[in-house]
Amino acid sequence: MMAEPTATTDIWVSGTEAPDVSEWMVAGTDEGAQEMERDETVERSVEQRGSRVVDDWVVDDSVDDDERMIVNMGPQHPSTHGVLRLNIELEGEIVRRVKPIIGYLHTGMEKTAETLTFLQGGTNVTRMDYLAPLHNELCYSLATEKLLGVEIPPRAQAIRILMTELNRVSSHLVATATNGMDIGALSMMMYGFRERELILAFFEKTTGLRMNHNYIRPGGVAADLPDGWEEDVAEILERIPLAMRDYEDLLKENPIWLGRTRGVGIITADECLAYGVTGPTLRAAGVPWDLRKSQPYSGIEAYEFDVVTGSRGDVYDRYRVRIGEMHQSLRIIEQVVDTMPRGDYKTTDRKVSPPPRQRIDESMEALIHHFKIYTEGFKVPAGETYVAIEAPRGELGCYLVSDGSGAPLRMHTRAPSFSNLQALPIMMADSLVADTVACIASLDPVMGDVDR
Amino acid sequence: MDWIDLGLVALRVVVIFGLLQVVTILLIWFERKVVADMQNRVGPDRAGPFGILQTVADGVKLFFKEQVTPRKVELGLYLAAPMLAAVPAFLMFMVVPFGRPVRINLGGEDRLIPIQGADLNIGLLYVLAMSSVAVYAVVLAGWSSGSKYPLLGGVRATAQAISYEAAMGLSLVPVVLFTGSLQLSEIVTAQSGSLTFFDRAIALPAWNVIVLAPSFLIFFIAAVAETNRAPFDLVEAEQEIVGGFHTEYSGLRFALFFLAEYINIFTMSGLAVTLFLGGWAGPTWDGSVPLLVSAVLPTVWFFLKVVVFLFIFVWLRATLPRLRYDQLMTLGWKRLIPASLVWLFFIGGAMAVRQFGLPWG
Repeated sequence: MMAEPTATTDIWVSGTEAPDVSEWMVAGTDEGAQEMERDETVERSVEQRGSRVVDDWVVDDSVDDDERMIVNMGPQHPSTHGVLRLNIELEGEIVRRVKPIIGYLHTGMEKTAETLTFLQGGTNVTRMDYLAPLHNELCYSLATEKLLGVEIPPRAQAIRILMTELNRVSSHLVATATNGMDIGALSMMMYGFRERELILAFFEKTTGLRMNHNYIRPGGVAADLPDGWEEDVAEILERIPLAMRDYEDLLKENPIWLGRTRGVGIITADECLAYGVTGPTLRAAGVPWDLRKSQPYSGIEAYEFDVVTGSRGDVYDRYRVRIGEMHQSLRIIEQVVDTMPRGDYKTTDRKVSPPPRQRIDESMEALIHHFKIYTEGFKVPAGETYVAIEAPRGELGCYLVSDGSGAPLRMHTRAPSFSNLQALPIMMADSLVADTVACIASLDPVMGDVDR
Repeated sequence: MDWIDLGLVALRVVVIFGLLQVVTILLIWFERKVVADMQNRVGPDRAGPFGILQTVADGVKLFFKEQVTPRKVELGLYLAAPMLAAVPAFLMFMVVPFGRPVRINLGGEDRLIPIQGADLNIGLLYVLAMSSVAVYAVVLAGWSSGSKYPLLGGVRATAQAISYEAAMGLSLVPVVLFTGSLQLSEIVTAQSGSLTFFDRAIALPAWNVIVLAPSFLIFFIAAVAETNRAPFDLVEAEQEIVGGFHTEYSGLRFALFFLAEYINIFTMSGLAVTLFLGGWAGPTWDGSVPLLVSAVLPTVWFFLKVVVFLFIFVWLRATLPRLRYDQLMTLGWKRLIPASLVWLFFIGGAMAVRQFGLPWG
């Protein structure tokens, strides 16, 4: 039976005989394998709670136990994109069972949001999906504005679209780069990050930071676009398509790349819908579902673009969909540049947006607004709302409840990476070890988004 | 065989031992620089001119690092594996001729000194044997580490070695048939001069690569697989099995694996040059240039040809994704081995016809 770990067995002093730890390890399994064991008591309580999930995995008794091996992939593993941990049951090189384990990056951001005012909230949400910070900010701002009922000036809306679409490109560049690296095309990594640098440099010029911008705020954006932004964007529009042609040369018809990605990690449209998988993964499975088309936000319906879809739902199709989406995003950006309206970059509603600095010296009213906004924050009418936008990884939703004070009563984020990660065991069923990294990379999860 | 001969043998061994280490240092630097260039990076540039001493610095660092021994290792094999990797790597190069034999009068006697460790008459078999021994190192390292990822790496190494050893062996048989010798120096001599076609000389060197191009391709692919280099580096596969067989090794033991890998790359390039590109053969302008120059030139040609192969090794690594385990097996058993068998049959038939005439003729 299980013996309590005592001081003598617990600590092993180098040079002495190693203690026999098998006794107090559950069922004598190796380290970290406990999660994969079937615990009777847990099963019973699950049944009583009614939260039973049917696991269609059947133990194949014909295989000797010695043939099976449980491997912990992560949280410290070079290809699990951060601190994702996968419990994998291997039979030789074949993956029989996968169990993603998350929570290693949990920082309680949704709870933190309740202590921050609506204006401060942007700094919080921007750190969730750190590869698409502007999408997080936009989603949060849209939800707040929906509760506030303020009108956003057209220039602010256009800037938002410009920045989020640029962000989509930079995020997809990282996804493509890491996808390449995980399959062994090391140069792809450097190339993807090289082009992303262009976009990040523009972000830094505009927002002051390369990541975690807090640029899109309730009421508009933090600052107008910098002088000469047209040239910067024009350079991005010129150089990134050229670079993408290089990626296509490197990978599109590369037989090894095709062999590693075609028919690997397949997930069908039905499975995607059942698991709430969205974004490029869903579109690669052939469902033309894009929130920019179905629930347009921030005036994106004014621009022309296509929804890119795949047909097989494998790793290759996801890669193709991302490449296609980058082209579409660049197309949107081109139109935004051409039609950028003049005017304010944030709302003139002084209850929401602080007055210009010089007005504070002239007007008592302005001083009061400034003071109120920066001490207790602007008041948001009581109510609840849910706003979803199309983030690079899928549907990013923000559920916001306000009780009429300056800070949200509850904030919840519907994170695309979190839902997409559930589909990992489906994709990996009976694949090979090498396919696991291809699947993870093609889902492109951001652990900050998963754990929040 | 007298004391002078013995001294010469010892000298050659020491020189080759040193040469391989210097080559490794330069090769690692070369690889890092070339890959950096291909990936828009700078690469090492701090230690010494153009960072050429970076590898020395890394080696010294590894030398002084703690050699961690995990608790679960099978100690004897765990300690033996790095040696088992390094020793065959050094031994394998011993039979590769990297210069024209020189005739020197020593101790009142004319002596023909081969520029190679030992001119074995079974050179090619010896090379194949040594490359098989080196596989044991990977397998045993993976198994004795008592860890899961290294075990996977070890299992992969076994399968990969068996498949590609066969392909490599079969790809070398046409060379033996064609040149009629297993001795590497003989094979080089057979490739000197210019190509003859129906007793008429063509303005091309008589290199095996021209006549035996399919063999050369198969050999090179198998050589990349044998040295566990991209795109066949499944044994190490950083992204999948976190370094594979050498995950649990640190310090000098890890350095030995590293050293062995790069020596093997150099040896395989040297072999490819020797067997298919005429080895040290090349214009030496005997008589019209000083004696020393014409004695050294063959060595220069050899190393120049080797550098071409080294570049290809690095180029592959910077370009290609990694194959999957089953795809590797498919390529080995369903493509390379049948292809080499068919080619072998064809060459064998052609040789027979050349020797005995057509059966109906």
